[in-house]
Amino acid sequence: MFTIFGIPGPLLFGQLLLGLINGAFYAMLSLGLAVIFGLLNIINFAHGALFMMGAFVAWMLLNYAGIGYWWALLLAPLIVGAFGLVLERTLISRLYKLDHLYGLLLTFGLALVIEGLFRNEYGSSGMPYQIPSALQGATNLGFMFLPNYRGWVVVAALVVCLATWLLIEKTKLGAMLRAATENAPLVQAFGVNVPRMVTLTYAGGVALAALAGVLAAPIYSVNPNMGSSFINTVFAVVVIGGMGSIIGSVLTGFGLGIIEGLTKVFYPEASATVVFVVMAIVLLTRPAGLFGKAA
Amino acid sequence: MTQPMPTRRATLLGAAALPLAAGLAAPRARAAGKPIRIGVLNDMSGPYRDTTGQLSVACTQLAVKEFAASKGLTVEVLSADHQNKPDVGAGIARQWFDRDDVDMIMDVPTSSVALAVNSVCREKNKVFINSGAATTGLTGKQCSPNTVHYTYDTWMLARSTGGNTVKSGGDTWYFVTADYVFGHELEEITARFVTEAKGKVLGHSVYPFPGTTDFSSFLLAAQAAGAKVLGLANAGTDTVNCVKQAHEFGLAPAMRVAALLMTIPDVHALGLATARGLLLTESFYWNLNDRTRAFTARAKPVLGGRMANMIQAGCYAGTLHYLKAVAEMGVDAAKADGAAVVARMKAMPTDDDVFGPGKIRADGQLLVPSYLFEVKTPEQSKGEWDYYNLLATTAPGEAWQPVDPGCPLVKA
Repeated sequence: MFTIFGIPGPLLFGQLLLGLINGAFYAMLSLGLAVIFGLLNIINFAHGALFMMGAFVAWMLLNYAGIGYWWALLLAPLIVGAFGLVLERTLISRLYKLDHLYGLLLTFGLALVIEGLFRNEYGSSGMPYQIPSALQGATNLGFMFLPNYRGWVVVAALVVCLATWLLIEKTKLGAMLRAATENAPLVQAFGVNVPRMVTLTYAGGVALAALAGVLAAPIYSVNPNMGSSFINTVFAVVVIGGMGSIIGSVLTGFGLGIIEGLTKVFYPEASATVVFVVMAIVLLTRPAGLFGKAA
Repeated sequence: MTQPMPTRRATLLGAAALPLAAGLAAPRARAAGKPIRIGVLNDMSGPYRDTTGQLSVACTQLAVKEFAASKGLTVEVLSADHQNKPDVGAGIARQWFDRDDVDMIMDVPTSSVALAVNSVCREKNKVFINSGAATTGLTGKQCSPNTVHYTYDTWMLARSTGGNTVKSGGDTWYFVTADYVFGHELEEITARFVTEAKGKVLGHSVYPFPGTTDFSSFLLAAQAAGAKVLGLANAGTDTVNCVKQAHEFGLAPAMRVAALLMTIPDVHALGLATARGLLLTESFYWNLNDRTRAFTARAKPVLGGRMANMIQAGCYAGTLHYLKAVAEMGVDAAKADGAAVVARMKAMPTDDDVFGPGKIRADGQLLVPSYLFEVKTPEQSKGEWDYYNLLATTAPGEAWQPVDPGCPLVKA
C-alpha cells in the first residue's frame, strides 16, 4: 500500500471524498446566502435557523402526516419558502433603505426567536429521522466504504447549484434579477414588478436552505441548534468566495470542505479553525474575496 | 456559535399547591417559622435541557410533595437557568443565598458550573446536592463538607462501560474524543480500565469542541484501525451525531459503539433503529425493578410524556434524603448550618425507589450500583420507552472511585 505523508493512500482518498460531501452542504447553504445578499443586500443571519426548519418540517411531515423523505424534499422547501415570503413582506422589506447592520440585527434576532420556539416545543436533544430505504446501504469503492446516501447528497447538491447558476446567469428571469440589483428604478420603469421579484428571491434563497436541511436530516442530529453549528463556517465560505458571487460560493464551499477534510487527517484539532485561517489569508490578500468584484 | 438565549428565569414555583396553601392559611404549629427553600439550578435552554432541565425540577417537586407534607415541613422549590456558564451559575447561587433565603441547591449539570457552585455553597455554609455534573473533582481535591455527589461521575461511567465491555469480548478500542477537559478525562479513565482488563487501545481522534458536526473522517479512521469497540468520549449532540453517522457508515456489526455518557433522552432522540446495540451506563432506568417502576408510576403525571434519566431521578432521591435529614434536625437547625445537614445525611443510610438502599461516603459520594445497558432493537422493544437490556451490574463497592486521598475530608 502506498502512503502520502505517512497516511495510507486509500484513507486519504476516503477523507478527500468526505470533504467533498461536507463541501456540498457548505455550497448549498452559501449559495442561498449569496443569492440573497447579491440581490437584496441583506446579510441573512436567519439562514441557519431556516436550514433547521427545513429538517424539522421534514420530520413533522413524516410524523404528523406520514409523508416520507422524497415528498419532503419538495414540500419542505415550499413550506419554509412560504414562511420566508412572509418574513420578507412583513419585516425585512422595511429595511432596504437602511444600513446593512439593521438587516443583520433583524435576521440574527429572528434566528434566536425561531430557534428558541423550536427548543421550547421540541427540546434540545433532537428528533430521529431515518435514511430513506432506497438509499440505505453502502457501496465499496475499493478505497472506502461510501454510504449511498452521501453519494446522493453530492449529486443532489451539484444539480441544485448548477440549476441555480443557470437560472440566474442564463435565463431572462435571471437577467431581470441582475438588472434590478444594478438599477431598480430603471427596471421598474420597464414595467417589471421589482418588489415582487425581490420577495420571491428571498423565498427562493430560503427554500435552498430548507432543501439543505432536508438533505441533512438523516445524517445530522435534527435539533434546534443544528443550523447555528453550520452557519459560522458558511459565512466564512461566502466571505472567501466574495459576497454575492454565486459561482464563488459554490466553488469555495466544495474547496473548503476538502481543506477541512484534509485537516481532519493531519491535525484534527485544527479542523474547526482552518476555515477561518483561510478566510483571514484571503481577506488580507484579496479583500473582495476570491471571486468578488472590488467595490 | 449562537449562544443559548440570554433568558434568566428565576421562576418561583410553588412546590405543589399544598405547602403554599398551608403557608397562606393559619400555619400549623410545626410549619410555623421559615420555609425550607430548594433551588434547582440547571440548563433550561441549552444542550443539557432535555437531560436535566424541567424534569429535574419536576422530580425535585415530587420528592417535596411526597415527603414534606407528611412531616409538616413547608418547602418551596425555585429554579433557574445557568446557561452552562460558571459566572452565571455562581451569581444565581449567591443571589439565592443572600436574597432569597435558599438552603439547598440541586442538580447543576456542566462540571465547571458545579465546581463554582460548590465553592459558593461552602462559603455560605449551605447544602449542594449534585446530580447533573460528571466531574470527580467534587469528591476529590475540591470535596466540601457542604456537598453530596449523587447519581454518576466520569470514573463510574468508565468503570462500568469500559471494564464490562472488555470482559464481554470488546478488547480493542478506538476513541473519538471531544477536545476539552471532560472528553480527555473520560477517555483517559476508560482507557485505563480497558488496559487493566487486558484490552488494547488502538488509537484516538481528538476533534474540536464545539463546532464539529461531521464525524465521518474519524469513523473511517476507527474502521481502518480495526478496533472492535468505538468509544465515544463526548456528550449531547456530538454523541447523537457520532452514533447516527456510525450507523450510516455501517460500523456494526464488526464494531460496537460504547457511548460513555448517554442517557435515555438521547436514545429517544436517536430512535431505536439507529441506537440499537449501543452500550451505555446509567445508575437508574425506569423499568429496572419494582421500585423504579413504582417511582415512575408516581412521577408519570409530572413528566409530561417523557421518562426521567438517572440525573433527573437522582434529583428526587437527593431531595428526599435531604428532607429526611432536615426533618430529623428540625428546620431552624437545618437552615442555620448546611454542613451539619450534610453530616446528618452521611450518618443516615439512604433508601429510595430510584437507587434503592445506599450510603453516602465521608467524601460526599453516594454509593449505589451502576448498570451497563445495551439498547434494544426495534423488534425487542415492547412499547414506547422500552429501550434497555441490562447487561451487567457493578456493586456499590466497586462502582465508584476509591476515596481520593486529595480530599481533605477523609484525612481526619
